[in-house]
Amino acid sequence: MAKTIEEINEKIGEGKAVVVTAEELIDIVKQKGIKKAAQEVDVVTTGTFGPMCSSGAYLNIGHSKPRIKLGGGRTYLNDVLAYTGFAAIDILIGANALPDDDPRNRIYPGEFNYGGGHVIEELVAGKDVRLVATAYGTDCYPRKRLETWINIQDLNEAVLFNLRNAYQNYNVAVNPSDKTIYTYMGVLKSNLGNANFCSAGQLSPLLNDPYYKTIGIGTKIFLGGGIGFIAWQGTQHNPNVIRSENGVPRRGAGTLAVIGDLKQMKPRWLLGTSMLGYGCTITVGIGVPIPILSEEILQYTAVSDDEISAPVVDYSEAYPQMRPDILGEVSYAQLKSGEIIVQGKEVPTASLSSYSRAVEIATILKEWILSGRFLLTEPVALLPGVESGITLKPLKERPIEE
Amino acid sequence: MIKTAVSKRIVLHFPKRLVERAIVSRLVKEYNLDFNILKASVTPDEEGLMVLELTGKQADYDRGIRYLAETGVRIQSLSQDVTRNEERCTHCGACITICPTAAFELDFVTRRVNFHDEKCLACELCIKACPPRAMELHF
Ligand code: SF4
Ligand code: SF4
Repeated sequence: MAKTIEEINEKIGEGKAVVVTAEELIDIVKQKGIKKAAQEVDVVTTGTFGPMCSSGAYLNIGHSKPRIKLGGGRTYLNDVLAYTGFAAIDILIGANALPDDDPRNRIYPGEFNYGGGHVIEELVAGKDVRLVATAYGTDCYPRKRLETWINIQDLNEAVLFNLRNAYQNYNVAVNPSDKTIYTYMGVLKSNLGNANFCSAGQLSPLLNDPYYKTIGIGTKIFLGGGIGFIAWQGTQHNPNVIRSENGVPRRGAGTLAVIGDLKQMKPRWLLGTSMLGYGCTITVGIGVPIPILSEEILQYTAVSDDEISAPVVDYSEAYPQMRPDILGEVSYAQLKSGEIIVQGKEVPTASLSSYSRAVEIATILKEWILSGRFLLTEPVALLPGVESGITLKPLKERPIEE
Repeated sequence: MIKTAVSKRIVLHFPKRLVERAIVSRLVKEYNLDFNILKASVTPDEEGLMVLELTGKQADYDRGIRYLAETGVRIQSLSQDVTRNEERCTHCGACITICPTAAFELDFVTRRVNFHDEKCLACELCIKACPPRAMELHF
């Protein structure tokens, strides 16, 4: 067993590293035991592919002649509003952004056929995107109007920068009310008609490193089909939730902020997505390698679906009203069997994240490492753990009185 | 799964200048399509109306429909066709609990979602419930 990331990288360079996916590892540990598996395996790869709303991309479009200052004006990409609170030609497009004339939920449930996530997908696919901007004009940036096609190839920078991805565990959404509801967890049928979940479970990156012992800031990852990095802990990172004996959080816990060159990415792994009655988002593919630096770390990566529990949450009442109560806990093995029991009722389950594509990501990452083209990085700093005392704070609302 | 043979029910509206028999027999001769007339009538303004079941290869069917459209026949689909865009489908499974006829089935080994289009009643519920919008409605 290599003890350091440097030693693992040497083995990768010599073509001698043993790399397996987190799914393959489960069987290896069953056959050989933790000790032997830890001696043999150098890297375990993880993967996840699901809708991740807090995602976006920033672009630098190059200076026009004469110059225009988009900052402080309004800029649209394929009619979708981009954020322009930066300098002259840096713009940011969020996955949830919508065209001004989208009816939203005025026609309920809104369809949300096209938004920021779709713009990002089209950019990545190499399609031309229509940019229409208005600005106020200055002595140094006189132009007030710009209408042009842009293409990712011609941009100075196109960077995916996601504020919160790869949630460590997540809610199972149900609807006990008597009418269908339309949520970011999909269409939920009345009277507990279905239960939707959204995690790769045993393959999910942070569920394989529950205490963030190897995954940290600067960790190199598979992002959207290209190479990216973990930039920071994601927003709402919450290490201090209830955990099982194996250390695995039983609620949504840690999160990742990730960054990477959009020009390297592929639409297969970055897919514009529409949640009926909710909005637009983007489905993101992420894979994180875990270096096996100790038996303890290997033990964490051997976690299987039956050892990971998720809370069943009422999305008709408890979730929108910010109530903490849950309707019970179920394991990912139960969720993936196609049916769970909620309040004594058999409820069919469905997933919003794709397990088969998560396997594909973990396998691609494994092949990248085996071929020597992807070396592991030492994190610059670890993510805040339990000892940080960080918890998720609700908004302290203070009415503004005139 | 690539479908080679199709069987579809369509409604044809013939303007009075067209000779229905000639057109239908051309579908057989030139486009290798079998047909079955389910209903035929002439409306008061002498427009011919025919409900037809056409069977043949998908490519022949598509060419045959194009031919009909070019002759000026108005075509309506009786059984609208729901297909899955394999490029966009991520095999997440969100459609499984939405479909009232259980046309989607999760393969527990590959964790991929199979679409059994023969079970589909074209209720269209999955079209907007599929997050990447992989389900498409065709005529
Ligand atoms: S919901 Fe859409 S993407 Fe998901 S499995 Fe069904 S058809 Fe495929
Ligand atoms: S259209 Fe209706 S019946 Fe056909 S697959 Fe979709 S949900 Fe099922």
